[in-house]
Amino acid sequence: MFDGLKELIFGKLELSDFIHEPIMAGAGIGMLGALFLAMGALTYFKKWKWLWKNWITTLDPKKIGVMYILVSVIMLLRGLADALLLRAQQATNTSELLNSDHFQQIFSAHGSIMIFFVAMGIIFGVFNLIIPSQIGARDVAFPFLNSVSFWLFAAGMILINAPLIVGEFSTAGWLAYPPLSELQYSPGVGVDYWIWSLQIAGIGSLLSGINFFVTILKLRAPGMTLMKMPIFVWSALGSTSLIMFAFPILTATLGMLALDRMLGMHFFTSDMGGNPMLYINLIWAWGHPEVYILVLPAFGIFSEIVATFSGKRLFGYKSMVIALIAITILSFTVWLHHFFTMGAGADVNTFFGIMTMIIAIPTGVKVFNWIFTMYRGRVRFTTPMLWFMGFIVTFTIGGLTGVLMSVPAADFQFHNSLFLVAHFHTMIVGGVLFGAFAGFAYWFPKFTGFTLNERLGKLAFWNWIIGFLVAFIPLYILGFMGATRRLDHYDPSLGWQGLFIVAGVGVAIICVGVGFQVLQIAYSIWKRKENRVGEDPWNGRTLEWATATPPKEYNFAVIPTVTERDEFWERKKKGHQVTPIYTDIWLPKNSGLGAIIGLFALIFGIGVIWHIIWMIILGVLGVIILLIIRLTSDDTEYKVSAEEIAEQELSRSVL
Amino acid sequence: MNEIEEKAVQEKKTLGFWIYLMTDCILFASLFATFAVLRTATAGGPSGADLFDLDFVLAETMILLASSFTTGLAILGVARGFKKQTIFWLGVTFALGATFLALEITEFNHLVAEGNGWDRSAFLSAFFTLVATHGLHITVGLLWLAIMIIRLVRYNFKKTDLNRLALFGLFWHFLDVVWIFVFSIVYLIGGM
Repeated sequence: MFDGLKELIFGKLELSDFIHEPIMAGAGIGMLGALFLAMGALTYFKKWKWLWKNWITTLDPKKIGVMYILVSVIMLLRGLADALLLRAQQATNTSELLNSDHFQQIFSAHGSIMIFFVAMGIIFGVFNLIIPSQIGARDVAFPFLNSVSFWLFAAGMILINAPLIVGEFSTAGWLAYPPLSELQYSPGVGVDYWIWSLQIAGIGSLLSGINFFVTILKLRAPGMTLMKMPIFVWSALGSTSLIMFAFPILTATLGMLALDRMLGMHFFTSDMGGNPMLYINLIWAWGHPEVYILVLPAFGIFSEIVATFSGKRLFGYKSMVIALIAITILSFTVWLHHFFTMGAGADVNTFFGIMTMIIAIPTGVKVFNWIFTMYRGRVRFTTPMLWFMGFIVTFTIGGLTGVLMSVPAADFQFHNSLFLVAHFHTMIVGGVLFGAFAGFAYWFPKFTGFTLNERLGKLAFWNWIIGFLVAFIPLYILGFMGATRRLDHYDPSLGWQGLFIVAGVGVAIICVGVGFQVLQIAYSIWKRKENRVGEDPWNGRTLEWATATPPKEYNFAVIPTVTERDEFWERKKKGHQVTPIYTDIWLPKNSGLGAIIGLFALIFGIGVIWHIIWMIILGVLGVIILLIIRLTSDDTEYKVSAEEIAEQELSRSVL
Repeated sequence: MNEIEEKAVQEKKTLGFWIYLMTDCILFASLFATFAVLRTATAGGPSGADLFDLDFVLAETMILLASSFTTGLAILGVARGFKKQTIFWLGVTFALGATFLALEITEFNHLVAEGNGWDRSAFLSAFFTLVATHGLHITVGLLWLAIMIIRLVRYNFKKTDLNRLALFGLFWHFLDVVWIFVFSIVYLIGGM
């Protein structure tokens, strides 16, 4: 009787689930402590109302973008701490630091967090901040949906960090291959945490993808034909189309794995007709495009930066667009190269090997275009430009090792080795993350009115790139020597330890780089008066630089009419000045429903992970009722009158 | 907002909804592909040929197709401004959809009662998941329909409701198309 009641209220949850080993407990308590500190500060400074009115309920894509970036930065630090532990374990090769179970949880968490809550978060953050103003629009197509997407992302973020406090995380790697991830071999809640945190965040990503796709197609300023769009917008169009095609597959696949675990189905089990290879095909049919979802926007960021800081038009705009489209399409034809060794046969492997080599061609076209953009340009070696040049180096190394692995026969040697681990880190760190850092330094003054300190930025860059090479070149060598990935210990007689120690030193150097970045932000905010700049600090080329700094909620008082590709650049050259005629602007009213929907999604997630029936019902009902409330309310916009706009525009600081 | 702006908003929503439908299409495509792979994985249990009652499923299919037709009649009613006709045909659509759902649940109950539930084999897991995902969409559609009927009764032809009705039409027809694939691939081919 008592047991039955306990199960009804708490599901599978036991008090012992709160007990953790020291490192995890420390991290969990640290996170909770930081949260309580933040809440205490909000209470002390009486800022709760401000938080609710200005941030939580906001439908302004610029603010949502800032929140995405903030979450991603915190998650980047979490993922970096995981990486440090992994490197420390492999460098010391003892059993005293981490036991194998904890080691497996850490590498699973590191991968999942870095992809879903760092890289994806940054991409959506930049989309939110930049795309509307770059296409000359005031908002995204569906502002409320945008807020829902963000709060689903936040709910997923909380779920993936919760195992630090209650329960355990998955030990099945960042893609949770079955049958290991099935109930038979992973009976705990770890895989469920993984499934539902990704599922909830993934649905947010899918909605965001649809939102930005429609935004780009429908909200462009008059005159901006597709071939006049800034190249970053093109890259976002490619990325969002990939999201629309790939994320439903993820939703279905995670759903099926969850059904296996919860209802005893047999999709991917090793008995009763289940087919684990089916999962591996499905997850990579999403997973490979996912890589391009992340890297295409980074390509776009770099294209903007190299053109701006070379003072030249982007070289080969048309070939750039064609290359983007080619990559978008080809990225769906290569997924099998992730498992050449798993018995598809020579013919199938050959097809996917060749497709993989072909995808290197459009990517190569882009690299040459970037280099030719710099050629004979008036290059300014600012921090964003340094990140760009570092990217060219790392990305070329990574690309070449990728082509090496695309040869199926050779892949039998590389598969599952540290060579592979080094390859994809070169692409994602050297591509996506460097792109994010470059974009951060580039667009930071647009939203704050002051630049980041260049000296500290450059120090951060040099530590990062050197640390990065020191950390990952040894992994290439170790991979050749036969070291497989995910080893928590190895036989000392193999002679690997030296290289693992070098790799550990590399990560330490990266940490110094991160330290400089934190310092850079703090110092720049402290000395912001000295770094104050106007609306167009870099002599920019695209429309986002035509807005006020920081941009007004409506971005443009008068929607610009576009005639040229680098519209803002051409306007500056022509000395374009017309007397603006202001009209009333309608903007979406704030709404707290998005955040509350995220909260109910979180309740649902906890319920479904711990088998707490009432929380599942509450979560689902909550989401449905809130959606009905929102969809049946018609009064969702407010007017900013022409006079108010005229007043605001007059106060724009001209430096 | 003036009329041009309102039209632009509506175009935006329609495009967004179409794209949502296409992503849903991919979700179903994944489930269909899974079903195709696992169709013969019966693990010594019954196959589709042993289980499916095609006459019963044909009846389900006809009911759903009819509901698509009545949705069309309701939307024609909107175009002419006939409120009663619209509400009547929406009501008929609701009744048909609910009947379809009831039949589907009956079929599921029947299978489970005979010991052929979703945990019997990979084939049955794929079958239940694919068909129930469609059923879940129908349930959402019915909820949507109920709210629209209530709003039409209360507010007459309000512009936003009419736009939503058009989107509902898209949704319902889409589910019909998916069901035709379910009927052909799951029941006709899978039942062979």
